[in-house]
Amino acid sequence: MADLRRTVAIVGVAESDEIGRVEKSNLQLHAEAAYNALEDAGLTMKDVNGLMTAGTSTINLGEYLGVQPMFTDTTAVGGSSFIIHIAHAMAAINAGYCDTILVTHGEAGRSARSRPGANASDPGPQYEIPYGFIGAPINYAMAARRYMHIYGDDYTRQGMAEVAVATRKWANLNPKAYMQGQEMSFDDYHDSRWISWPFHLFDCCLVTDAGGAYVVTTAERARNLPKKPVYVLGAGEGHDHGILSQMPDLTRTWARNSGPAAMKMAGVTHNDIDLAMIYDSFTYTVLATLESLGFCGPGEAPDFVKDQRTAPGGNFAMNTSGGGLSYTHSGMYGMFLVLEAVRQLRGETGERQIDNPKLSLVHGTGGSLSSTGTVILGVD
Amino acid sequence: MTSDYKKPIPVPQFESDHYWQKAKEKELWLRKCNACSKVYFYPRDISPCCFSRDTTWVQASGKATLFTYGIVQRAPHPGFVPDVPFVTAMVELEEGPIMATNIVMDDPTPEKLQVGMALEVVFEDITDTIALPKFKPA
Repeated sequence: MADLRRTVAIVGVAESDEIGRVEKSNLQLHAEAAYNALEDAGLTMKDVNGLMTAGTSTINLGEYLGVQPMFTDTTAVGGSSFIIHIAHAMAAINAGYCDTILVTHGEAGRSARSRPGANASDPGPQYEIPYGFIGAPINYAMAARRYMHIYGDDYTRQGMAEVAVATRKWANLNPKAYMQGQEMSFDDYHDSRWISWPFHLFDCCLVTDAGGAYVVTTAERARNLPKKPVYVLGAGEGHDHGILSQMPDLTRTWARNSGPAAMKMAGVTHNDIDLAMIYDSFTYTVLATLESLGFCGPGEAPDFVKDQRTAPGGNFAMNTSGGGLSYTHSGMYGMFLVLEAVRQLRGETGERQIDNPKLSLVHGTGGSLSSTGTVILGVD
Repeated sequence: MTSDYKKPIPVPQFESDHYWQKAKEKELWLRKCNACSKVYFYPRDISPCCFSRDTTWVQASGKATLFTYGIVQRAPHPGFVPDVPFVTAMVELEEGPIMATNIVMDDPTPEKLQVGMALEVVFEDITDTIALPKFKPA
């Protein structure tokens, strides 16, 4: 691959006007976030000549926003899509399709008045959905059960609890977090109701309404905009199955490939990473991802996160927004990982700001642990 | 078999008609790749192992072991409300492939469900044309 390090930067990020329970349509959430992200970037819609999203087609989105782009990409592989879009934006800008790309997300996960139906000819509606394999909690719970079988029930459970409790502590430092002001003890975690055994309620992400957007442009243009450029240093992506029962190994995600690819391109190692933004659809997703990315070995993640190592004040800064578990999760959460990484690298996160971060690894997981996207973002 | 079946019903596709027709006859049939002898799930005319068109149907023994499972406490769809708690599972068939299914069991608990336990196929008639292969402890 050509060396595209530092050729593009993220120059604007934003959520929709409000997140949580806001009772607006998906496209309105896209539009608010788009407007806010362009304002953050010091740009206007007239500057946008590339458009990307997932979950709806860019033809609907472009029309709604009034954008007529010269580059369009609706890569939709679940919640990781918005991480992968960063790499595709970098490729498109370097190929000369366009110079300023708007990437948006909007999903009324909590309030939507209709939901997309399944396509009967896909495998899920024939071979999984009739058995009640419906929704991520049920699918991911079975992967977690397999991990528990291999590495031990109590050991795994403690790791899941550590992630839930640590992430809630970060949410309590984020004024936008849905769970702001609601503390969680280990007892609260263990006492929370079952959703799909082995998942408690507090193993599962939130279901919120939220929009988010970011703007990618050339490094040259970025240096002339008001905010500190956050450069794209490396990227990796891919997938190894669609439906859960086709997953080659329930304890290893494609992060095993997208992570090393992104770090190799960036020329960085695990020890260089100041902030890990790890998609936390479920507590288990974090454990499997940390191992697959190589932050620790197979079966070691519960040890890796123990004693609240990932909480505020711990020595491994992770999911400082409060994550999908406690900040927001509208359905495809990857967008919000990017927003937090950019804000931390710019030094804009107030009470939860970590000490002078230079490098963030941002990692999304989509589908039924199906797809992953990893990027390395950095500032001077 | 009842007409008030409220759960999602599979719609057979051209490449899976045989699978569903046999399931209605209480038989589990799988696809096999003649190029490498691998039996695979779910049915596809062209094998995903070798990308070969030289494929055939074979009847499965119906024996399997429990690979992993979950116990669903919160129904994900109105049709499943009367079923909770129920067991979603992935089972490893004697022929090799893993498939999604339910374990048929009253009052499921983790203690009753051991990964690796022996299972056998049963068929639940859900419509005039569709029966779902499920598994119960052997």
